[in-house]
Amino acid sequence: MRSFGVVVFPGSNCDQDCHWAVREVIGAPCRYVWHRSTDLAGLDVVILPGGFSYGDYLRTGAVARFSPVMEAVADFAAGGGLVIGICNGFQILLEAGLLPGAMMRNAGQQFVCKYVNLRLESAATPFTNAGQVGTVLRIPVAHGEGNYYADPETLAALNADGQVVFRYCAEDGAITPEANPNGSMDNIAGICNRERNVLGMMPHPERCSETLLNSTDGRLIWESLLQPMAASL
Amino acid sequence: MLDAHVYRELGLKDEEFRRICDLLGREPTPTELAMFSVEWSEHCGYPRSRPLLKLLPRHGKFAPAVYGDAGAIEAAPGLLVVFKVESHNHPSQVEPKQGAATGVGGIIRDIFTMGARPIACLNSLHFGELNRPLARYLFNGVVDGIQFYGNCVGVPTVGGEVIFNDCYKGNCLVNVMCVGTVHKDRLVFAEAKGEGNAVMYVGSSTGRDGIGGCSVLASHEFCEDDEKRPTVQIGDPFTEKCLIEACLEALDTGAIVGLKDMGAAGVTCTTSEMAAAGRVGMDVDLAIIPRREEGMEPYEVMMSESQERMLCVVERGREEEVAAIFHKWDLNAVVIGRVTSDGILRIRDQGAVVAEIDAQDLASPPTYQMPAEEPAYLRQVQSADLSRLPAPADCGKVLLDLLAAPNIASKEWVYHQYDHMVQTNTSVLPGADAAVLRLKGTERAIAVCMDCNPRYCYLDPYVGAQIALAEAARNVVCVGAEPAGITDCLNFGNPEKPDRFWQFREAVRGLVDACREFEVPVVSGNVSFYNETPEDVIFPTPKVGMVGVLEHVDHRTSHEFKREGDVVLLAGRTHAEFGGTEYLKQVHGLEAGRPPALDMQFEKRVQAFVLEAIRAGWLSSAHDCSDGGLGVALAESCIGRRLGAVIELPDDLSPEAWLFSESQSRVVLSAPAGRLAELQKLAAQHEVPLAVLGEVGGDRLVIQMAKTVVDLSVEEMEQRYRRSIACLMG
Repeated sequence: MRSFGVVVFPGSNCDQDCHWAVREVIGAPCRYVWHRSTDLAGLDVVILPGGFSYGDYLRTGAVARFSPVMEAVADFAAGGGLVIGICNGFQILLEAGLLPGAMMRNAGQQFVCKYVNLRLESAATPFTNAGQVGTVLRIPVAHGEGNYYADPETLAALNADGQVVFRYCAEDGAITPEANPNGSMDNIAGICNRERNVLGMMPHPERCSETLLNSTDGRLIWESLLQPMAASL
Repeated sequence: MLDAHVYRELGLKDEEFRRICDLLGREPTPTELAMFSVEWSEHCGYPRSRPLLKLLPRHGKFAPAVYGDAGAIEAAPGLLVVFKVESHNHPSQVEPKQGAATGVGGIIRDIFTMGARPIACLNSLHFGELNRPLARYLFNGVVDGIQFYGNCVGVPTVGGEVIFNDCYKGNCLVNVMCVGTVHKDRLVFAEAKGEGNAVMYVGSSTGRDGIGGCSVLASHEFCEDDEKRPTVQIGDPFTEKCLIEACLEALDTGAIVGLKDMGAAGVTCTTSEMAAAGRVGMDVDLAIIPRREEGMEPYEVMMSESQERMLCVVERGREEEVAAIFHKWDLNAVVIGRVTSDGILRIRDQGAVVAEIDAQDLASPPTYQMPAEEPAYLRQVQSADLSRLPAPADCGKVLLDLLAAPNIASKEWVYHQYDHMVQTNTSVLPGADAAVLRLKGTERAIAVCMDCNPRYCYLDPYVGAQIALAEAARNVVCVGAEPAGITDCLNFGNPEKPDRFWQFREAVRGLVDACREFEVPVVSGNVSFYNETPEDVIFPTPKVGMVGVLEHVDHRTSHEFKREGDVVLLAGRTHAEFGGTEYLKQVHGLEAGRPPALDMQFEKRVQAFVLEAIRAGWLSSAHDCSDGGLGVALAESCIGRRLGAVIELPDDLSPEAWLFSESQSRVVLSAPAGRLAELQKLAAQHEVPLAVLGEVGGDRLVIQMAKTVVDLSVEEMEQRYRRSIACLMG
């Protein structure tokens, strides 16, 4: 079974939620990795959790990328290790250059926390291989800066390459402006790198992995990650 | 002899100053005077309210209630739920964003200072009506402050209320509540103990922020050229988040004897109150306290309200171990002194003693019996004749208008800005009668809400306070919980005015009687007086923050209709009671009459019936029938999942009485038709009238009496209900 690590930055606040979802709900091994540590030994999956690392006082994720652990995470990813950044974790991956593009303030200028619908755009990743393209997932968002931006060439490459993993959609799967909670380009909610071993997503799968939390659609991510690597590619 | 205007400007009376001199056997030093003025103020010492607050019952079914900075109930074997509410009204009126933000920070510290992990916040907000630009500015700023602090600190904001009334136009209310959990044997108290143990200051550095009320000391008598600082404090939620984790980690070592957060006049309150609680003394040197400003006077350090700071007492010899944990989180941790056995609080500045007071003296402010007198307005508003109000031409239109009225309309514009799901416990989300949070590691859950209809309290503070408790209890029952305990936030005008004090006394009396009747303890609370300006005084607002316990998280229920074909039921009795209703305000422009009657015995039976039905698994939905009456309760039940209903009401009351009266002790239920016989039998056992109103189905809410009185599409109701506040806020 794959072993998970959850990085803890000062100001992370979804670290314990990810740990709970992976260990208590899914039952996979999971440990915390303090941001000053560079020891990722024995881990198959590294989670950069949501929150407000360093208060996000400068720019979301801008300080966290300089934490010692991030160098280790970059090496880990370069070696084929699986990395998933959720919300603030996604922002940190962008700041660290492990994923392309940038985040802007939500188009509505307000923090937004609510359940949204996501259309699964790529099942050919180790994070989504338990699903099917076109599946609509109900997963919550909670962020002030989730307005994804990339220059036209990057955006074209992401779309052409199948690197867009999730888009905000209506209940029926239609990609509409009304379904977009933050104004992100092309309704992008999550992307992966070309190698497909680094995923960034704004919605929180750890918040919807149990029936009593009103949706279990987040389990798709954890269950995909527990499938053998070969099945995904 | 010290000039009298110095202590008077600090809020001390002549006789209080004489008493201080007697206690000390000399005149106080400037630092000592400042310390007494704070500890004996209404803010800290409750000299005017304490005699009445003592009457509030402290014990209930869910013992034990414990008392430190917050109280608790035992929600599951060995697991305490700690909760407290606090007001941040005046700071929020001056600077809404930071006022509200620091209110959130302060109440969260009150919870983790007891060793509990904060798991949820709620807030009850009151502003002037939204057509006023100032009200919109304050509302926007306060919500922004709560989201700024709460979202970053990682504690979900799961519920509360927002009320608009012009009595709050000059005094907004920001009442914030926090709930935490801690295992019984891990509870920590705000006590100093053990001679020689270290007194350790942890958290942010100290600046001149928030010295405010004591700034008179920086005037000519003491220090000619000091500037007077604005009294606003700035919140730093990132530091607070680190402080939570560091404190809980440090508590895990077992080396911490006592812990207290620095709120009002931080160093003064923590040193004196911890020493007094532990019946010990302390000898501390202010020069060691980390500063962010140069040249601070000792009294300034003692009075500063810089945020995100705590005082802890650490076992002698384990100081390094504890400090290392705070340093790991990039926080200050310095030993500023030691616990002594002589009971004296000795404050030094670079070794020189600047204050030397018996800690018990500081912690024992005088109390006052305040004169009370029934307000002149009361008889007039109560005697208003509401029996001859013209009937509305179109009840459907009235219902739509009520759904869009800011006091009733959906508050999603507010709670979508709050992270209400972090920590993954929120099972029933905001927008319901109460939020439900599962308790990890147990099968149980808690329900939390805040309630008080201030208009009822204006019309009758005794009954209004009782209804506040009854409604809060009804709300947690409707989501499947048993009422377990409350925290109260008592917001009133100037207690030195007899009519205001009368309102306070009556409201406390109402709460006392209701708490006894419902066997619900008051585990903690807060009093906020002086919520008035020369133009306005607020309605008496005794806010109730309720925690209920669900035996099993699977009992959770919500208000929206779930299935076509379910029967719609009404538990309780409806009378033509228009006094203080939203209908009377919106349609007739009146705030008059008497509040709806409350029969507490009957209320208890209704609640017992609903809870038993929920636990039996017979109900699809349950919704408290309150502001706006039955019409609004039915509409809200339809809107949740966009399911209509066809309702038939008897002709014994007028349509507007059926739809808009706010009779208490009523709950709208839906259930599979096959459960009807069992429900009727259960209701009969509890002697609760249970009327079959109709059936869930379609996409319209149709209400028929002799003729059709309401016929509205669910979509139209939803648009009005959900968009109203966003539209008003632009």
